[in-house]
Amino acid sequence: MSTATQTVIETRGLGRDFRVREGMRRRTVVALDALDMRVEAGEAVGYIGANGAGKSTTIKMLCGILVPTRGEVLTCGHRPVPDRRRLAREIGVVFGQRSQLWWDLPTAESFRILAAVHGLDAAREKHRTGELVERLELDEFLTVPVRQLSLGQRMRAEVAAALLHSPRLLILDEPTIGLDVLSKQRLREFLVAERREHGTTLLLTTHDMGDVERLCDRVLLVDRGALVYSGTLAGLSRTVGAERVMVLDLAEPLPPLQVAGTTHRGSEGGTGGLGLRQRLAFDPAATTAAKVLAAVTEQLGAGNEVLDLAIEEPDVEDVVRRVYAARR
Amino acid sequence: MRPGAEDLVTEAPRGISRRVRPALRTYARLLLAGFRRGSRYRLAAFGGLVANATFGLLKVAVLFAVVEAAGGEVSGYDLGAMSAYIWISQGLLGSVNLMGRSDIAERIRTGDVTTDFLRPLDVQAAAVVEDVGKSLFALIPRGIPTVTIGLLLVGMDGPDGPFGLLLGAVSLLLGISVSCCTVYLVAVAGFWMVETRGLQILYMVVSGFLAGLFVPISLFPGWLYGVAVATPFPSMLQFPVDVLSGRADHGTSVLLIGVQAAWLAAVAALGQGLTRAGRRKLEVQGG
Amino acid sequence: MVDLAPYRAVLASRIRAQRSHRASFRLDLGSSVLVGFVELAEIAVLFLTVDRLGGLDLAAIVLVFGIADMSFSLADMVFGHCDNLPTYLKAGTLDVFYLRPQPLLAQLVTSDISLRRLARAAVGLAALVAGLVVNDVAWSLANAVLLVLAVVSGVVTFSAMFVWAGGMQFFLVDGYEATNAFVYGGRYAATQPASVWGRPLVVVFGFFFPMAFTAYLPTLTLLGLPGSDWLPGWLGWFAPVAAVWAWVLALASWRTGVRHYQGGGG
Repeated sequence: MSTATQTVIETRGLGRDFRVREGMRRRTVVALDALDMRVEAGEAVGYIGANGAGKSTTIKMLCGILVPTRGEVLTCGHRPVPDRRRLAREIGVVFGQRSQLWWDLPTAESFRILAAVHGLDAAREKHRTGELVERLELDEFLTVPVRQLSLGQRMRAEVAAALLHSPRLLILDEPTIGLDVLSKQRLREFLVAERREHGTTLLLTTHDMGDVERLCDRVLLVDRGALVYSGTLAGLSRTVGAERVMVLDLAEPLPPLQVAGTTHRGSEGGTGGLGLRQRLAFDPAATTAAKVLAAVTEQLGAGNEVLDLAIEEPDVEDVVRRVYAARR
Repeated sequence: MRPGAEDLVTEAPRGISRRVRPALRTYARLLLAGFRRGSRYRLAAFGGLVANATFGLLKVAVLFAVVEAAGGEVSGYDLGAMSAYIWISQGLLGSVNLMGRSDIAERIRTGDVTTDFLRPLDVQAAAVVEDVGKSLFALIPRGIPTVTIGLLLVGMDGPDGPFGLLLGAVSLLLGISVSCCTVYLVAVAGFWMVETRGLQILYMVVSGFLAGLFVPISLFPGWLYGVAVATPFPSMLQFPVDVLSGRADHGTSVLLIGVQAAWLAAVAALGQGLTRAGRRKLEVQGG
Repeated sequence: MVDLAPYRAVLASRIRAQRSHRASFRLDLGSSVLVGFVELAEIAVLFLTVDRLGGLDLAAIVLVFGIADMSFSLADMVFGHCDNLPTYLKAGTLDVFYLRPQPLLAQLVTSDISLRRLARAAVGLAALVAGLVVNDVAWSLANAVLLVLAVVSGVVTFSAMFVWAGGMQFFLVDGYEATNAFVYGGRYAATQPASVWGRPLVVVFGFFFPMAFTAYLPTLTLLGLPGSDWLPGWLGWFAPVAAVWAWVLALASWRTGVRHYQGGGG
């Protein structure tokens, strides 16, 4: 394999304008200005930015759905628009809202059709379907029509559908949006294992910081149609001070907790400055949730205890907002 | 009985005039809402207009040939009357519901209608009034332009004086109302049938033909004409077209309007009865 | 060699799905037959008042209707769901087609098949057979070839109309009804004696969208009727040329539409 094909995604000065009609007048909106990005084989990259920053536009251009207004793009070594059909054999894409499954058919039948679409031979189809069904725990609903699946089940089926032909590059657009904690967890674990085994390159857009943290080696941040950050998430968090918030539900109300390495972010459900539910913000790079909890437990008097706790992760929007604020 | 519905009903002020006026205002508002909803689909209306005009021109060709082959007049239609029939009926296509589909049918199918019963409004009246509003709006982007195109390209007969125009307007409003009320009947069948699509398709096939959309019903053989006038369908399209085009003189127009009003009363009453029965069924089965 | 397995897989599953909803399928079959009869009645009613219309009698018009309606129904069965394109565009489903290694149009066409149109085609076939029986057809090899050529070209021409409309729908989206004027208006035109048309209609439905070539002109040729100045009887032999032209139009429209979509108009 030549070195050129080791770069899975490469864009140079990639840009896209849209003409929109406002009443009688036509106006040009720049969705993506000039994007330079590179993703090497085997990387896992989070592509983040605010709504309207140009993420979906970029993905559509990477897949050959949209023609770029300017600049160059190579996906898996192909020019996406003219080489769309060859490219389709090498990429798998999950668009959050657009199903590639047949809604009135059982999931298994959708897989059979997709195997034919991608020209898999019988042995490979059997092997790959079996592998995905097992890893993604699809067997419980394989015979259920897609329209009857829960969101979490459907998303797992979508991911399997996108991976059926063992693409080099997997693009996920908001894969965990709307999923419950358990479904998110399962999906992330699967993706980690799949990448470890097959070395699939991953590009994902998300609003969920957890997705980026657990899945991505690198983050690309777009703002107003241009790349403003490329590097590790930790680096990004350092620049903007991303923090997590531990929400504690106590048995008895207490005055605001003072814990080293955390900032108190408000109390609820008590009177006279006391709070039953308290929020502590901490920097995951400096301390851990376990240490914070241990420190809190030490401070609780006899008869009081932590009844419940939750960790609120900063969403990507939040990080993005802070980066944007710092840039303006 | 749902507690919410009872509360809302008893809250309404007592006394006929105090009760009727706010209700009328509500329905007027629904009418306007329907009118506005129609205005959101401008591109759709344009598409409909192109289709109406094209079909209109094709019908002019073939029906004019019929009139000419028959010696200048067929069943009381000369070229002017035939042109009026063609263009007015095409123009009314956007307003008279000959497809049998309605929003309320979907609400009954999904069960959303249970929330409609909680509102202090008559479910049938609210649904019909909103549809009438939408239909009236369609006259602006589809009805009037279609007739104008016909008038400019082909020429046609028109209403018989200002009084004829007034009669035409009344007949048109009645026609639209009869169609909305009849389509409502198709929808309420959903209280008892799992799937009303079959009924809707039957309505679609039969209504256009018997309403006189394809050929004027007076061209039908006697027995088929008898079948047509025994249904509410001519009241939706053929009668308004006859009154508006001046083909029916004032006396006949008043008679046709009477027939339309009778059909409106009949289908509205049937709809009201079925709505009540459907509501009872929902209450018994718990939606 | 084109690999047909992907298309076969989709179509086979569509056919199974339709046959599994038996009640609904039967209803669709029944209503299709009914619609076919109503449309035939619509034309037949006209002949209650006049003997001849545009140079054709009732027998001849039944033959025109039969050829046109059968061809249209078969085209509708295979290509009719191109009409769903606005729905696909709004839901973004079309983007999914881009992720598969087959041509877009081929995927769209094979994404569904409406078996119920077979019932409609059966009505057309019945009219066609009746038309052949009641008319005085001078049977010869040439006429048999002409008939087959007419039906095949008709199916191909009407199919092109659906594709043409699909291409336009990339621009129209909500205004898709405008294409109905020419697809379904075209079907209506194809069942008419084209000699009654004025000049503009001859241009639009005689030649640009070659509807007169699908049934009317072949019928004239078959029955040895003279036709009119602009649409003489011998033109029936040119039905295949018309079909090729219709596809030129269709593919041009489709290409323009797809370009527009990828250009971000969607």
